Parts: sequence; C-alpha cells; structure tokens
Amino acid sequence: MVTKLVILLVIVLGVVALAQLMRVYELSSKLTKKVESDISNRDNRFNAKMMMAFMVLLFGGFIWLMLKYGWTGRGIAASVHGRETDWLMDLNLIIIIAVFFLTNALLFGFAYKYVKKPGVPALYYPHNNKLEMIWTVVPAVVLAVIIILGLRVWNTTTDPAGKEAIRVELFSKQFDWTARYSGMDNKLGRFDYKLTHEENNPLALMTTETIDSAILYMEDGYLNTKSIHYLETTLNDPNIVMNSDDRDLMMVELSRRERLIRMLYQMKKRHDDKIDTNAYDDIIQTDTLYLCVDQEYEMNFRSKDVIHSAYFPHFRVQMNNVPGMTTRFKFTPDVSTEEMKKIKGDENFNYILMCNKICGGAHYKMKMLVEVLDAKTYDEWMNGVYRKDGKGKYVLDNKGKKILLKRGKVHEATFAHTYKKGENTLLPTTTQSELEALKVELEKKANLDIPSTDGN
Amino acid sequence: MAAVAHDASGHHDDHGHHEESFVSKYIFSQDHKMIAKQFLMTAIFMGVVAMLLSILFRIQLAWPGESSDFVSFFLGDTWAPGGVMKEDMYLGLVTIHGTIMVFFLLTGGLSGTFSNLLIPLQLGARDMASGFLNMLSFWFFFVSSLIMFGSLFIETGPAMAGWTIYPPLSALPQAISGSGLGMTLWLFSMAIFIASSLIGSLNYIVTVLNLRTKGMTMTRMPLTIWAFFVTAILGVLSFPVLLSAVVLLIMDRLAGTSFYLSDIIVNGEMLTQHGGSPLLFQHLFWFLGHPEVYIVLLPALGLSSEVIATNSRKPIFGYRAMIGSILAIGFLSFIVWAHHMFITGMNPFLGSVFVFTTLLIAIPSAVKVFNYITTLWKGSIVYTPAMLFAIGLVSTFITGGVTGIILADAALDIAIHDTYFVVAHFHVVMGLSAVFGMFAGVYHWFPKMFGKMMNTRLGYAHFWVTIVGAYGVFFPMHFVGIAGAPRRYYDYTVYNDFDPATGDMMMDLNVIITMFAIFAAVGQLLFLFNFFYSVARGPKTVQNPWSGTTLEWTTPVEHIHGNWHGELPTVHRWPYDYSKPGYDVDFVPQIVPLREGEEEGH
Ligand code: HEM
Ligand SMILES: [Cu+2]
Ligand SMILES: [Cu+2]
Repeated sequence: MVTKLVILLVIVLGVVALAQLMRVYELSSKLTKKVESDISNRDNRFNAKMMMAFMVLLFGGFIWLMLKYGWTGRGIAASVHGRETDWLMDLNLIIIIAVFFLTNALLFGFAYKYVKKPGVPALYYPHNNKLEMIWTVVPAVVLAVIIILGLRVWNTTTDPAGKEAIRVELFSKQFDWTARYSGMDNKLGRFDYKLTHEENNPLALMTTETIDSAILYMEDGYLNTKSIHYLETTLNDPNIVMNSDDRDLMMVELSRRERLIRMLYQMKKRHDDKIDTNAYDDIIQTDTLYLCVDQEYEMNFRSKDVIHSAYFPHFRVQMNNVPGMTTRFKFTPDVSTEEMKKIKGDENFNYILMCNKICGGAHYKMKMLVEVLDAKTYDEWMNGVYRKDGKGKYVLDNKGKKILLKRGKVHEATFAHTYKKGENTLLPTTTQSELEALKVELEKKANLDIPSTDGN
Repeated sequence: MAAVAHDASGHHDDHGHHEESFVSKYIFSQDHKMIAKQFLMTAIFMGVVAMLLSILFRIQLAWPGESSDFVSFFLGDTWAPGGVMKEDMYLGLVTIHGTIMVFFLLTGGLSGTFSNLLIPLQLGARDMASGFLNMLSFWFFFVSSLIMFGSLFIETGPAMAGWTIYPPLSALPQAISGSGLGMTLWLFSMAIFIASSLIGSLNYIVTVLNLRTKGMTMTRMPLTIWAFFVTAILGVLSFPVLLSAVVLLIMDRLAGTSFYLSDIIVNGEMLTQHGGSPLLFQHLFWFLGHPEVYIVLLPALGLSSEVIATNSRKPIFGYRAMIGSILAIGFLSFIVWAHHMFITGMNPFLGSVFVFTTLLIAIPSAVKVFNYITTLWKGSIVYTPAMLFAIGLVSTFITGGVTGIILADAALDIAIHDTYFVVAHFHVVMGLSAVFGMFAGVYHWFPKMFGKMMNTRLGYAHFWVTIVGAYGVFFPMHFVGIAGAPRRYYDYTVYNDFDPATGDMMMDLNVIITMFAIFAAVGQLLFLFNFFYSVARGPKTVQNPWSGTTLEWTTPVEHIHGNWHGELPTVHRWPYDYSKPGYDVDFVPQIVPLREGEEEGH
C-alpha cells in the first residue's frame, strides 16, 4: 500500500515538474520570439545526426542478434523435405536482409544528408518514368524467382504420401495428443465421433462392437440418468414431481439423444464388418510418439473439440487439426534423436510435437515428446507393444522384417466393455470363451492380408 | 491568454449560425472537425488501455510465475491470485489488446480522426456529405468502445479466443471461460463497430466523389485523400463480410445452428451440430481480415506522404505511381486472404494461387517505398516531430514488408506459421507503421485541430524513445519466432522439458523485449503529457505553420462551421508544388492560379 502511494506521489510530482518546465520553456521562447513551428537549424542537424546514430544502432543490434543467437534458432532440419525448406528459407533470408540493409541505409542516409541547409533549395523533381519502371520491374523479377522456387518446394512438400508411408493418426483434444498407428495392415480403422466413450473408446473407433456398445449405452447404459430409457421412464412416471425447468431440460436432452440414436442405427445398418480389422490392430500411444528414422509417415490429423495445430518445429511440419475434417501431412524424419543430441551437443534435447493454434487456457502445455529411433529399436518397440499381452505370433511385414502380431489395445478395451441391456452398471457382456473365439477369428482375418510364418 | 481569445471568437462566425448549446457543440456535434477530435480522444483512451494490457502480459512472459505488484494492482485476486495472472486471463488480455489495437485504435481511431478532419478541409467542402450520419458513426464507435472496454470487467472474463476469434473455441463456452458472456459482448461490440465503420466509410466516399471544390479534380487531390478514399471503399466492401461472419457465429452460439460446428465433443458433452465447417469462418474472417490490414495501413501511408512532401520541401515523387500503387494494393488485398490459411488443410493448389497473388502485393509496396526515399533525395528536410515519425514509418514499412515475403511463401509458412515471426511481421509492418503514421498525423495537424502548437522538443524525445523502444520490442521477436516459438503461449519455460538451450535463448530475449516494451510505454507519457498540456495551454498557432500547399491551411485558425469565410476556395494546381523553380517562396498553395505558360506538376 505504502509503495503504491509513493509511486502515485512520484507520478503526480513528475507531471507537475514537467508542467513547470514547460512554462519556463514557453516564457523563454516568448522572450526570444521563438515560434514553435519554426525548426531551428540546430534542431534539424541534431535530428539528422540522430538518424545516422539510429541506423548504426539498428544495424548493429541486428548483427549482434545474429552473431549471438544464430541464423536460424531451431537448428538444422531433421526431415527430408525440411532440408529443402531450410535451403529456401536461407535464400529468401539473404534476399530480404540485403533489401533491408540497402533500403534502410538509403532512407536514413538521405535523411541525414539532405537535412535543410540554409540557402540550398530543394530540387523540384516530381517524377521520372524510367526510375519508376526500374523499381517496378526489378522487384517483379526477384519475386518471380522467389515464387517459382517457393512453389516447387511447396508442391513436393504437399504431394500425397507414397504407398510405403506408414499411416499415423494424431488426435487432439484439450489439452493433449494421442497417436494411433495403423498397425499391421497399415490401414487406420474408421471412426465416428458419435461413438466416443471417454474410457472405453476415446478415439471413437468404428467397429461392429463399438457401434453396438454405443447404442446400448445411449439407450440403456450405465449410470442410467442420461440414457433414453431412464429419461423416458422418468418423464412418464406420474409419481415423480419435477419443476418445469428440469423437465424442459430433460425433454431437450431426450430429443437430442433420440436424434443421436437414430444416427447410430443408421450407422449400424451401413456398417460393413469387413473393415473392423483395420481398427483391431491399431496401436494407441499417449505419452511419446515414436518414429522410425528414414521412414516416410503420413500423418492424419483430427480433433475432438476445437481447432488445434500439430507443430513439429524440427521437422518443419505443421498442420491444423480441424474438428469435422481430416487433414494430412507427409514427412520423413531422417535424423534420429540420438544423432540430433550429438549434433546439438545437448543430452537434454528432444524432438517435440506442440500445439500451435490457440485452444484454451493450457494451450501452451499441450505437447507430446517425439522420439526418432533407428530401425532396430523402432521394431523392438513395436513388437513390445504387440507382445504386451503375452501370446501372439510373428508375421513378416512388407519389407520382410519379422514382427509380432497381436491385437491392439483398442480391440481389447472395446470388447471387454460392451454394455448389457437393462443393467445399470458397466459390465463386460462377453464371456471369456466368447472373447477367445473372437480372437481366433480376428487373427484369421489378419492372416488373409499378411503372410505369416512361425516365430523363432 | 491565447486560449481565452480562441474560445471567445470560436463561437461566432459570419454564417449567421445561432448560438450553439454545449451539448450540440461538444457532444452531439455534427461538425466534422469536432467529430474528428471526438474520435481522436476515444482512440487515445483505447490505445492507452491496449498498451497497458500488453505491458501486463509482457511481464508474465518475461518473468513467468513470479509475483508482480503491478499485475496484481490491475487484475486483482480474481484474475491474478498472488500477483501471477491466470492462464485464461493471459489469453483474454492478448485478445482484447489485439482487437483494440487493430479495430479501435488503427481503424476507428485513425480513419475516424483523419478522414473526418481532412476530407472536407483538403477538398474544400463545408462539411461531410451527411453531418448527421457522421455523428451517428462516432456514437456507434463510442458505444462499441465502451462495450469492448467493459467486457474486461465481467466475471467470466473478456473474449479469449484471439483477435481472430476462430470457432469452435469462440463458439463454445465450455471450451474457455471467455467464450461465455465475454465473447457475446465482443461480438455485439464488433457488430456495432462495423455499423459505425460502414456509415463513416459511405460518408467519406460520397464526400470525396461529390463535394470537391471547383478545380479539385481527382488527380489534384492530395494523396491523403486518395488513401482515405480507397480505404473507405475497402471498408465498405469487406466489413459486411465480417458482419456476416459475426452474425453466423452469434447464431451458432445462441440459436444452435451449425455453420461452423461439426463432430464436436467438448467437456464430455456430445454436440449434435453437424455439417458445419470451422474453415468457413476463417474464409469469411480473412476476406475482411486482409483488406483490414490495408484499411489500417493506407491512411497512415497517406498521412506520411503529405508530411514527407511538406517537410522535404519537395513534391512527392511519382504522384501518379503513388495513386496507382494505392489502387493496386486496394485491389490485390481482396484476393490474398487465404495466405492466412496455408496450413488449415486447404487444397495445396489453392495455396499456390494465393502465394502468387500475395507476392504481387510486394510490387506496389516496393514502388511506394522507393518513391518515398526519392522524395527525400536532394530535399531540404525540416525535422518537425511529424517528419520524424513519417520517416520512422518508411523504415518500419520496409522492415516489416520484407518479412511478409517469407510468410507469403507457403513452403516457408509451414515452418513459421503462427510463430513469433508472424507476430514480429505484422506488428512492424502494420502496428508500427500505422501508429507512426498516426503520430505523424497528430503532430502535423494538431494546430489545425486545436489551434495551438505542441511542444517540439518533447515531440523529438517522444519519437526517439518510441522508435528505439519499438524496434527493441519487435526486432528480437523475429529471432524468437525463427527458433520456433509458437504465439499465444502463456509461458515459454515449457521448453525446458525438451530443449533447454532454446528455452534459455527465448527467455533471455523475452526479458529484453519486455524491458524495451516498458521503456516504450513510459515514453508514451511524453506524448500524453504534451498532447493534453498543449490542448489546454499550448502556444497559439499561425495559420499555416508548416508552409503547406493544401487547402486546410487556408482556413482560419478558429474553427467555424463551414470551414471558410465567404466563398469556397478554387483550386488551380496539384498539391505538391514545393520548391517550384520560378517562385521566390518554396511552396505554392493550391489556390494560386498557374502563371502564364506554367506547367502543372505531375
Ligand atoms: C503492407 C502492409 C501489411 C500489413 C498491414 C500486414 C499485416 C498482417 C497481419 C495483421 C497478419 C496477421 C497474422 C495473424 O494474426 O495470424 C499478417 C500475416 C501475413 N502477412 Fe502481412 N501485412 C502486410 C504486408 C504483407 C506483405 C507485403 C506480405 C507479402 C508479400 C504479407 C504477407 C503475409 C502473410 C502471408 C501472412 C500470414 C502469415 C501467417 O499467418 O503465417 N503481408 N500480415
Ligand atoms: Cu491445442
Ligand atoms: Cu492477409
């Protein structure tokens, strides 16, 4: 409090002092018959010199920043197309920095040199077509070069990914990332947001089971207070007295649910259970995103709530996650994390995936570590995921490498927790033996696509 | 006292107007000169607010998590418990800062002040085409300013979705607290603001087309007027699109429509809205948004053209090329909007088209820069404070313009989109240039507005502090951005989790930037003091203090209804006859007839 008062006092005194100074200044200029709009030669020369001084400061400051913090702060690119991006960036930076120095030097130079000198009149020089032509044509030519080079890089960067590329989905929500690898078949399972269940099916994958499970949940699901069944019984029960606001809310909720369930039934009708396997083998990863060095990836981006943006600064990759649509970006990381740590001389360095579109309070914390592994370690990790639940068998991937085949986690979760009609609580419907039977069937399906060998 | 003399004579003029009441002279005035002053005062207030907000969040960026008395003084315990601002409020401050700066200071304030003041005065008109609509325009502006300012004080906080208010974030109160009442106020404030801007712009266009005095052909109009004219056209064509974007967003929020929403689950709640597209909003927004940056910039360029010519004592170089550039920039600004959307998943081919059109804008911009520089060449420069700011504008326009070339290149935008590089770019090219243009305008036309002079020395001090501070703030931001720092982050120490070295660099620069920001902000006190002191007791001005050629300097110092005693002046020449050979004075006003055999300037 005291400090605040003191500060206030200082400000008031400052203003008063300034006002007094102004009075003195005005009186003295009245005495010398100085008019405020007449700028003295001394003032002119002072400002002209300041122009020069400022230019030196500006250029010096720029050079100092460049020496101290480097040409491009984030270091070398760690992806194939990123190297081209950097090359183009360097070229453009050289051009614009040259223009920056040249034109600012002309500006401040003239501002210094052509300050008013008594007796030297200004040159009446209203236009010169030739000069104007030059500075229309020269920038146009330079820009044409920039455009052509830029579009070439843009086209190669945005070309669709090759067949070999591994499909990975990056799913965003406030405030974290989930990666979903397409698994053995390299096909991402389909999804529909209406199938979302926060614990059992957070990514809203679409399989026969998840559709059934969502319908059950919607009609008659767990903690019944939101199910259609519950809402209908409550609203129709003559013994229950409710105030009209609550009743209205319930009615709204009921009609919302009825609309949703109609859509779910349509979905069920259209659903083709052949595509279920696409989802069964997907791998879901929430802590670290593992990538294999020199492997092309096609990232598919999707968002649950608001717009986010997947930003991998070191790979020179960025793409928005837009709710209601899937966006894509392909790239090939080509420097492993280990190598990059050595290049940077920093053991603590790691690649990162950050959110780069304002998405709420914790936007700045929405990130995921990225680790680029060499091929061997990557396979080990992948096999480890498949092996986690014990049994499984090896198959050859499309490069002839041996990989353990095993269902992904999603499948496990969605199977274990379907809902039983009429029950209030979350209960697995499938018995252990049903589950086993399904597993066998599933592996059969998987074997259709991929040649299998016996593990050793 | 000069001031007393001014007041006494100011009330009367020889047009036989009846005695005005205080209300009709100072509040519901329909006189364009008074309305200009009202716009300026409101804009100064809003500008100070926005600047203060920026200091608050700069403190957070430089010293994240540290308690600050300054922050706690302004935000209190609700928004800054223990003197550390909350994450949500950080975004709220950034959002309102951006909104006020772009729309209220640099659109409403800049155009409102100088279009109103100069269009009638420089064209030789007695007033705007419609004084009543003009008054309405100000009062809409004022009301929308109040709503926007007021939204800072509500319980759930102001809008927090960024000045671009992209849905779904801005559409869903569940997503962030500011998307509740705060966003509603934002939207209504902007709707009123747009109405104000439209009424104003239509008025400016009609006035320029119809009320030019005898001899004032289009090619004898000062470049200020050309700039205001094209600005007004841009506003009329683009603001309605923003209005539609805003209205659709209001519908999504209040009526459950789904223009921008599809497939969303927020806070565990599944929305039934389906089939809308968030990208639709972005297209509509940037269809205004890009022309908007020129709505901000062109008036500043117009003002500085005038100031540079006057104080170099030389004709503006390439008058016709300057008009051509203004028109070209105005036209091109409508076909570049999607350069803000390169990485939204838009079709890459469409991206290529927008790369092309965007880079084309660099050509007329370059022409303008070189024409300014050539105007200085072999001039006889007089350093009024206005001239300093005009030269500052040319410098920032260069520095900020060249980085646009990088952003316009879609392939490079992938790497730096939404980083601090973008923040640096648009602040330098749009923020600084327009603010410098506005300061140049205030210093230059202060005598016309208030009949008094501002103090020159304080003006010098103000300029040098401002330009050093401004470059000190925004230049290092390029480096932070190239290092990959995303914008709209509350705390950059998150870098310590994966790249401590880069994190250290960012934090070093963040501290430097904040220091410069505080330095520059304190420097603005020099201006505020000078301005208000001079309004109250500055020395009386002469009729034509800067020896200008244009018509406003032929009006009497005292403000009168109708601007000129007796007949309106007749124009005989273009506005840039400075240092014309054959005359003993170094300026020939537009009202002086051409001599026998004399050729007209351009
Ligand atoms: C001449 C005055 C200019 C003004 C007032 C201006 C202003 C702005 C503003 C306000 C943004 C907003 C960024 C955001 O909030 O996301 C922006 C971005 C951008 N500007 Fe400019 N700009 C100007 C010149 C240029 C020039 C000459 C170019 C290109 C040659 C250019 C290219 C861009 C691009 C491509 C973006 C989008 C960058 C991104 O979002 O990543 N601008 N500019
Ligand atoms: Cu996010
Ligand atoms: Cu734009």
